[in-house]
Amino acid sequence: MVKLDVGEIWDLLNTIPDPEVPAISIVELGVVRDVRISDNVVEVDITPTYSGCPALKNMEDQVRAKLLLAGLTPQIRTIFKPAWTTDWMSEGTKEKLRVYGIAPPEKVSFENLHPFANNDKGPVACPFCRSVDTVLTSRFGSTACKALHFCNSCCQPFEQFKCH
Amino acid sequence: MTELNTALIEYCLRIADNSLIHAQRIADWTGHGPILEEDIAMSNVSLDLIGQARGFYTYASQLEGNGKSEDFYAFHRGERDFRNRLMVEQPDLKDFGFTMMKLFLNGCFDYLFFRDLMKSNDETISGLAAKSIKEVTYHVRHAGDWVVRLGDGTEESHQRIQKSLNELWPFTNELFEQNEVDELLIQNGAAFNKKELKAEWEAMVNEIITKATLKIPSDSTYFYSGGINGVHSEHLGFLLAEMQYLPRMYPDAIW
Repeated sequence: MVKLDVGEIWDLLNTIPDPEVPAISIVELGVVRDVRISDNVVEVDITPTYSGCPALKNMEDQVRAKLLLAGLTPQIRTIFKPAWTTDWMSEGTKEKLRVYGIAPPEKVSFENLHPFANNDKGPVACPFCRSVDTVLTSRFGSTACKALHFCNSCCQPFEQFKCH
Repeated sequence: MTELNTALIEYCLRIADNSLIHAQRIADWTGHGPILEEDIAMSNVSLDLIGQARGFYTYASQLEGNGKSEDFYAFHRGERDFRNRLMVEQPDLKDFGFTMMKLFLNGCFDYLFFRDLMKSNDETISGLAAKSIKEVTYHVRHAGDWVVRLGDGTEESHQRIQKSLNELWPFTNELFEQNEVDELLIQNGAAFNKKELKAEWEAMVNEIITKATLKIPSDSTYFYSGGINGVHSEHLGFLLAEMQYLPRMYPDAIW
């Protein structure tokens, strides 16, 4: 018998930090898509943020370890549909990113969906001083999910969680 | 195995091979980028493409149902088995503009291709397409910006990226090539007619090429072809020799 109910398993998974951005959990990140209990097995669906995200394997291992330690039998499945989006992050999660020093993603809009649409949604606010006098320094950053910006007001480089 | 299954496997391998070989080429830049940010950018793009390849290889192996892994397709096939377009296997590590032009021309096509494929009646394929298109959109935006910047830049950058465009243009017909595999899948609603994307692709390419003050070569009379039949340029063999060396030398090696 599985000793925990589905809600308790979600709570348990919500204690696993994102290996690359530990300020938020993998549940808050939107990687855990579904939890089901079937007989003695806990089935968990996870989805990658980016196709090649090297952290996915680590997240899967952490989910497995967490459930095994709780005396459960995990079965983890990677799904691709629906495709992961930063819109799944709550406002609270975005605020956690900001406090951690990463500018949170904006809401996905048409500009994100067409390569040549006018992509100027205005500058990204600096997570440190909140100034919008910032510039994009590189579309790609230290991980697949982040871009690099620079704040002209407080002269700090900062990362943004890309809108995806 | 049904005829439809065999066609689906072939189709997935084509998509995966395009992504993997392109990724391997772009990864040549790792440690050699013109500036640190672009070095990181190219590693990121390569990683996205490898991820896309993995998804389609994994699905192909599920369809084959014979226990082959994604690694089998990447590391234990010879060049005649690869189905990628000849454009993606052309060596990149000569001119940054060449890489950006290649990423741009391919990316515009892949954007339209995945947009159609998101409507495939095959759930896995449509899911992988929906995932891939987001990444491709970002790559095209990045490459397109560089095409404009270099084309509309200095005399030398203009001349060099125009040369890249001239060299790559004869490979562009292959983007729209299809055969009986496509026809069967189109009939079944799993895939779509690539030829119908040509006008839209040309419009996308023209928009940026014009902005970049470049010219599509009009005297191209010969177009390369062969990828979907496994007939490649001389470059693929060398690429595979490097990419496959370790798993072939040490067949039991695991990550």
